[in-house]
Amino acid sequence: MIKITKRADLPKRQEYVIRAIAILFSLVCAGLVIAILGFNPLGVFQQIVLGALGTELRIQQTIVKAIPLIITSLGILVAFKMKFWNIGGEGQIIMGAFGATLVALNIPETLPAPLALTAMAAAAIVCGGIWAFIPAMFKAKFGTNETIFTLMMNYIGIKWVTFLQYGPWKDPESQGFPKIANFTPNAVLPSVFGVHIGWMIAIVLVVLVFIFINHTKKGFEITVVGESIETARYAGMNINSVIITSMLISGGLCGLTGMIQASAIERTLTATLSGGYGFTAIITTWLGRLSAPIIMLVCIAFAILLQGGAYLQIAMAVPSSVADMIQGIILFFVLGSEFFMQYKLSISGIRGSKKEVA
Amino acid sequence: MTAFLAAAVIAGTPLLFATLGELITEKAGNLNLGVEGMMLMGAVMGFAVGLWTGNPFLALLGAIGAGALGAAVYAVLTVTLRANQVVTGLTLTIFGSGYASFVGKSFMGVPAPASVKAIFATMEIPLLSSIPVIGPTFFKQDIFIYFGYLITICASLYLWKTRKGLNLKAVGENAAAADASGINVNLYKYVHIILGGALCGLGGAYMSLVTIPVWQENVVAGRGWIAVALVIFASWKPSKALDLSVPYFREDR
Repeated sequence: MIKITKRADLPKRQEYVIRAIAILFSLVCAGLVIAILGFNPLGVFQQIVLGALGTELRIQQTIVKAIPLIITSLGILVAFKMKFWNIGGEGQIIMGAFGATLVALNIPETLPAPLALTAMAAAAIVCGGIWAFIPAMFKAKFGTNETIFTLMMNYIGIKWVTFLQYGPWKDPESQGFPKIANFTPNAVLPSVFGVHIGWMIAIVLVVLVFIFINHTKKGFEITVVGESIETARYAGMNINSVIITSMLISGGLCGLTGMIQASAIERTLTATLSGGYGFTAIITTWLGRLSAPIIMLVCIAFAILLQGGAYLQIAMAVPSSVADMIQGIILFFVLGSEFFMQYKLSISGIRGSKKEVA
Repeated sequence: MTAFLAAAVIAGTPLLFATLGELITEKAGNLNLGVEGMMLMGAVMGFAVGLWTGNPFLALLGAIGAGALGAAVYAVLTVTLRANQVVTGLTLTIFGSGYASFVGKSFMGVPAPASVKAIFATMEIPLLSSIPVIGPTFFKQDIFIYFGYLITICASLYLWKTRKGLNLKAVGENAAAADASGINVNLYKYVHIILGGALCGLGGAYMSLVTIPVWQENVVAGRGWIAVALVIFASWKPSKALDLSVPYFREDR
């Protein structure tokens, strides 16, 4: 008979051991899948790492992919800390990009770049924040389901940008091709060490969000509301205001990702600019145990998988979708391993003797 | 006008299947955001098996199996291992889309085999199909669509008129109370989550075999997400899912 009991407290070391075993298992399992598909698993793993970190240029590309993931994950983190399931990162990113573009297309070309970029970032944070504020307000006032609400807001955002791209904002100089005009040079983020300065923003934000969640009153309130609404109410916290504040921050951070992607990567606004980061960030946030520094590491690991996956196609003629499958398999194992951190399995024999298995 | 309506019914059918699948899953108290992934797995397996065997029934069986397999992984993680449902569902979507584009790589742009398409030929239902407007819209369709109507009716009856269906609702609404009254909660969850996945897989197969009968990357194109939302618009009622999935088709893809 297998008995399941809840663990009182898990020592940090054992937690790492369980996590490491899970990742090891998932790599073995992913390797098996790759072998079944007819490729050499070790070769594939090696090429993923080489493809992501092999040369200076590839490292730069990996960082470029990690930046939007990190910032979006931080945004999602603030919402998840409150158990507010913000699935709307995609929409908030794209609306942030919309806000930034609105500014970028309407400023004079002679405006100094720092001013222009600050205005764009502010507009992006406001637009992303508004996109998150709407579901937050409905949740606070009417108790609507935020998962579905934020999910649907994604489509409104994407279709809105598609409309702009084909309609009012279509670039007259693009000879009929439906695209929005490119940004002027003063609206493009500058580079430092070969990578646009988004990486500095990301590092600063990791620190800021860490301090906000762990060392400020508002951050503490968000955690309490997430753990138990009843406790929060009993302590006299204004729950609606906590929900709305944290979602404004969450949406604002996602919006900032949109501005960075629009300004540094696309140099214009497109409907596909969010690139699935809003969804991937949900997973990285969860795997990062809702802690800003760990999230940063997880995001970098994910960026390595993304970049390495793209390289696989060139190096080994392995479709990059294999990297998606490996991602999925690793996640399944890590998600499953969380059970063993919270519960203890014990096998009790016939005479009631107990043996621990995990 | 009727041609347009009939096209709307065809375009809405994958949504109907996916919505019913997700509805049954949610009745068991689990929100599975992996619909998109399960539909893609069903779409690619349906297409692949159809291509290899030329047998439409094996193709649909393949789709059912793929959708159910995806749902089974989700069920093990969320029911037995109590993992977070939102994150597990999203992971399933990532895995499913990777799986679909990998398996589908070799037959990109290949049309669905004629022997499989034959089963989806239009079949008129006598009498009913001669009703003006309604007839050509709903009763001059292929067998899969009639199967959709049938499943909707069965799901309605099952959920409201049978003991098992009522037990299922108890499991979803208050698992502790259901457990106390002697219902095997985990078994109910497993069975219905997997059943839901199988329906999503079928919806996906309809996409790749009939709606867009040529294999292409991301053939489901976000319909899985729409299905998740439709469950709510349908207020968790199969009959409403039928009304709603038809106008919610999207022509732009």
